[in-house]
Amino acid sequence: MAAPMLRGCCLGRCWALACIDSSSRHGRGAATGFTSSGKRGQSFVAQQPLLTAQKSRKGEHKWAAVVGLEIHAQIASNSKLFSGSQVHFAAPPNSLVSFFDASLPGTLPVLNRRCVEAAVMTGLALNCHINKKSLFDRKHYFYADLPAGYQITQQRLPIAVNGSLAYSVCVGKKWRQVITKTVRIKQIQLEQDSGKSLHDELRSQTLIDLNRAGVGLLELVLEPDMSCGEEAATAVRELQLILQALGTSQANMAEGQLRVDANISVHHPGEPLGVRTEVKNLNSARFLARAIDYEIQRQINELENGCEILNETRSFDYKLGCTVPMRDKEGKQDYRFMPEPNLPPLLLYDTASLPAGADPQQVINIDRIREQLPELPSETREKLIQQYGILPEHSFALLNEVGLLEFFQNVIKETRAEPKKVTSWVLNIFLGFLKQRNLAVNESPVTPSVLAELLNLLDRKVISSAAAKQVFEELWRSKGKTPSQIVSERKLELMQDEEALERVCHAVMEGHPQVVMDTKRGNPRAINKLIGLVRKVTHNRADPTVIKEILEKQLSS
Amino acid sequence: MLGRTLQEVSAALKQGQITPVELCQKCLSLIKKTKFLNAYITISEEVALKQAEESEKRYKKGHSLGALDGIPVAVKDNFSTSGIETTCASNMLKGYVPPYNATVVQRLLDQGAVLMGKTNLDEFAMGSGSTDGVFGPVKNPWSYSKQYREKRKQKSHGENEDSNWLITGGSSGGSAAAVSAFTCFAALGSDTGGSTRNPAAHCGIVGFKPSYGLVSRHGLIPLVNSMDVPGILTRCVDDAATVLGVLAGHDPKDSTTIQDPGKPFMLSSLTDVSKLCIGIPKVSLPFHFTEILSGQIQSPGLGNRLVGVESCLCHFC
Repeated sequence: MAAPMLRGCCLGRCWALACIDSSSRHGRGAATGFTSSGKRGQSFVAQQPLLTAQKSRKGEHKWAAVVGLEIHAQIASNSKLFSGSQVHFAAPPNSLVSFFDASLPGTLPVLNRRCVEAAVMTGLALNCHINKKSLFDRKHYFYADLPAGYQITQQRLPIAVNGSLAYSVCVGKKWRQVITKTVRIKQIQLEQDSGKSLHDELRSQTLIDLNRAGVGLLELVLEPDMSCGEEAATAVRELQLILQALGTSQANMAEGQLRVDANISVHHPGEPLGVRTEVKNLNSARFLARAIDYEIQRQINELENGCEILNETRSFDYKLGCTVPMRDKEGKQDYRFMPEPNLPPLLLYDTASLPAGADPQQVINIDRIREQLPELPSETREKLIQQYGILPEHSFALLNEVGLLEFFQNVIKETRAEPKKVTSWVLNIFLGFLKQRNLAVNESPVTPSVLAELLNLLDRKVISSAAAKQVFEELWRSKGKTPSQIVSERKLELMQDEEALERVCHAVMEGHPQVVMDTKRGNPRAINKLIGLVRKVTHNRADPTVIKEILEKQLSS
Repeated sequence: MLGRTLQEVSAALKQGQITPVELCQKCLSLIKKTKFLNAYITISEEVALKQAEESEKRYKKGHSLGALDGIPVAVKDNFSTSGIETTCASNMLKGYVPPYNATVVQRLLDQGAVLMGKTNLDEFAMGSGSTDGVFGPVKNPWSYSKQYREKRKQKSHGENEDSNWLITGGSSGGSAAAVSAFTCFAALGSDTGGSTRNPAAHCGIVGFKPSYGLVSRHGLIPLVNSMDVPGILTRCVDDAATVLGVLAGHDPKDSTTIQDPGKPFMLSSLTDVSKLCIGIPKVSLPFHFTEILSGQIQSPGLGNRLVGVESCLCHFC
């Protein structure tokens, strides 16, 4: 998912969007409520509602949707939350399992310090109140990938509560205005991850891999302050950036390090909240918004047809693009929560309450952690805007792609070109090339210094803008050549000789009297024709703006 | 020799009066002779002899590890023992061979103790008679004492000899029977609601329950996590103190153990009890208090030194 910004969503509530298959219902005709620009993977645009269509339906008044999220982020640590086994992605099955992870009788949990620090860092970055005393509980349920039969979590008293996550929405004409929205964070808690079940349909068996069992998770509960899929997706994206900046989680949805479940309900504004459903299996940022919007639409349709919404758990089916009820519906689960007897309460300190002579290895000081918090994405963006004068939406785009900010900063260091120019080149041309070839920034054949050199040539007006683009293409294809080399090889230097250029212009004007006449008559496109002709003669080596100036001078004389 | 105290045997080993291997073999043959007690579930004969041999090498070099080096011990079958079947007297764990040692077991082995075997218990330590394990009940050695046999003969109703036995109490009945029958010098039990003290009383030996958090529970298959402690069964108090000194202390693998107190545990060498002041907890029901006082605690010189102790903890009993 590219831009974390919300495009075109109106302030406050997001109106219902037509989905792939249900657009016909509301008689909206051909134009469905969303556009999807697949190139840069942008999520789709929420549009203003067609109120006429809505009114035609039983004269109902508007619907408002309410979306809450439960996010599980895998903590980036060397070992698991309660045992010493390592944490690696894609290791051979059952190769990272300690006795405690396999729940051998008699083993006991031992809390991992790094995981607690990660939770405190995340809580502080999200403006939470850190509970100096938090407790661990057991949540019991039976599943083959949960060897102990219970998960250790923090149900009664989590480590952090009452925070907020700010994300930005772009509204107005041309989406120039940036609005900040916040979603409240109910709590952040530490808990264990379960193992993985691999269903082997062919042999009618399920294989269990316990590598992931016991890995530390941060569960973040976001209050239902969001009103549509876009807002939820944007909030999740911002959270990803924050977690990655803190280093507490790699937050990569594709690798399962960030999992999102959504709680969705609809109601009429002013009336009490409706019955909510939970949507699980949202493993991609791209489908997150789509799934939520589908569910909102589904609920609206059901209610408008007089049906009831069941309080159920649904799964998102990627192929069909819709939510389906999950197979095992057993009614309400009783998790038999009980305090975890093998773990004493977790006590955290600040500088004021730190006991004298305490071993720094054994205690955690919240104030120390706060001092050492790295720069958050919002601060980075602010700095970019201040330092380089770039537009807010560009600051978002720069932070959105892994490594892009660093690339940008490296180019800036080595070029005299204006930051605005650099931004435009990096975000439009460079990023465009990357996306077309599905490459990451660190896989780019063009290094920052190479691009800087190119921009320098452009800045010194050695080459034209069009020529620069040609050079860039060439750079992408053949490694090892410098921009200067390519320029001289393909003779792309701009004509510096102004007199020669004047002679060419004059000659062209002589050769095309009709066009000259049109120009003199005030036809705006005629001059472009002249410019084009001059460019042809000069093999595109003349700067179009200079050509225009000369032509205009000669025409007026 | 087998009836001696731990301290005495340790001295004998040091002086070379007996070797660890001989001691081990003596205990093993006694275990075989007293099989009818059903005190042991698993007898780790090979392991024990190997450990005894290593101990013997150390004694020969004069590098004994301490008071427990070469001493036969037994471990209740709800402690994990690496490579030795651990069943908790249940079919659920039949055939389960743990890959690790419980901390308390490891500490004993690190001191050179020789593991005779795993003792019988109530299934998963749920019981107070050692009668409910799947391997059958443990019989109190005192059932076969001359005094008891005499008593039974008088009251004989033509019963089957075999059914004429007393329980050991539980749930660490196997450990208590093992110690009481001289097949080992110390045994590990567990205590949740008296499971070490109860069988100790039944079998006429010393049963010690450490305070929660003093001894590590890592490797002890739990009954009630917030109340379980490993218990020590020996034939005299000094021996219990010796074993406690080895077992007590913080274990990083058990988050409920307290940090080390600093001072090593020492039992005072008191021989004259007339100067002792004994405290008896006052329980809320005065009925029980009077019962205890008027009971058999009649010892010359002590009558006026019994003090009633009121404690907040009494209210939780």
